[in-house]
Amino acid sequence: MSEGSATLTVTDGSFDSDVIKSGTPVLVDFWATWCGPCKMIAPVLEELAGEKAGELTVAKLDVDANPETARAFNVVSIPTLILFKDGEPVKRIVGAKGKAALLREIADEV
Amino acid sequence: MTTPDTDSPVASLAPAVHDVIIIGSGPAGYTAAVYTARAQLKPLVFEGVQFGGALMTTTEVENYPGFKEGITGPELMEEMREQALRFGADLRMEDVEAVSLDGPVKTVTVDGETYRARAVILAMGAAARHLGVPGEQELIGQGVSTCATCDGFFFRDQDIAVIGGGDSAMEEATFLTRFARSVTLIHRRDEFRASRIMLERAQANEKITFVTNTEVVAVEGDSKVSGLLLRNTATGEESKLPVTGVFVAIGHDPRSELVRGLIDLDDEGYVQVQGRTTNTSQDGVFAAGDLVDHTYRQAITAAGSGCAAAIDAERWLAEHDS
Repeated sequence: MSEGSATLTVTDGSFDSDVIKSGTPVLVDFWATWCGPCKMIAPVLEELAGEKAGELTVAKLDVDANPETARAFNVVSIPTLILFKDGEPVKRIVGAKGKAALLREIADEV
Repeated sequence: MTTPDTDSPVASLAPAVHDVIIIGSGPAGYTAAVYTARAQLKPLVFEGVQFGGALMTTTEVENYPGFKEGITGPELMEEMREQALRFGADLRMEDVEAVSLDGPVKTVTVDGETYRARAVILAMGAAARHLGVPGEQELIGQGVSTCATCDGFFFRDQDIAVIGGGDSAMEEATFLTRFARSVTLIHRRDEFRASRIMLERAQANEKITFVTNTEVVAVEGDSKVSGLLLRNTATGEESKLPVTGVFVAIGHDPRSELVRGLIDLDDEGYVQVQGRTTNTSQDGVFAAGDLVDHTYRQAITAAGSGCAAAIDAERWLAEHDS
């Protein structure tokens, strides 16, 4: 867990155990420090992480520090959110979206 | 002033009426927030989920006065946001779904909840235009990008295209040469409307090739962009350009959908204001920034008009204090 945050920080090294092998669905936020729209959705993701604790894990992957995972999942635009369920990417959301829109997108899978 | 429904002996069932609600969070919105907050109007500001406006996707802002070394767009917006918070503006990163702007009390609906205000300042800005060609929407995020600063990183050593002829297109093309192997700048006309300094900077860059009198017919590719189908606007001749990234920088359209039919807009959708004021066609409704401005569209002119809107709103409220 990141300090005082409801979201989980994941890396190239921890991706397999934290995301692929997770029993709960994980929504991974691919972001980077230089990306304005990524900052926009950060508060929304914090709220989501808090509200859905137990049912859904919200994880953050800094693509700058962790290029392998970004490449492995063909992430070429940020922010990109990928929902993983039982180790498989089941939903991809590209671009900054509001909380209501995000919830709608993942509703079927969570 | 706000109607405190807990202080009156007979508790009112109606929710509080704010003095002013501001919709928008670019330089216009935040400047209006600072000024109305300092005027003790306790502004409620709906920033939108995509807060910060157009500057959030730029890199260096060199021409905003007061920052002699330049400042990044996101940093500048953070400063403005913090300043608004400092004076007590109530900022909400939420999108407005609907408004009603007539009568002494206007309403603003957000996530099903309705907020009321005597005055409203509209500062929703303008949204990036899309090409509107086949393949574009399908490949957004898979090679088609609207944010060069966000996505340039992923196109290292690749051949990419930037579509457009203004300052944004020049800035993006130049910025992208940090990563890309080649940048082809495609413009449908012969002449560029970019400022001289930006055009010259792009022209001096060896990695940028200019293609004029050319429009994009389609974006090609299955799961990711493989190229562009182009047409020469003078000869009609079609050609293909193999690229793996496309950055669209063809201008902006005012975000006036929320108020269409409620206040006067011009033919292109910009909100009309009276003379040199920020007064719209509705009493107590003011508009500022790129939502109104066709002509200048700079961060500093937007900030200036946000200030004017705050002052117009403050004076109007004082005159209509019943």
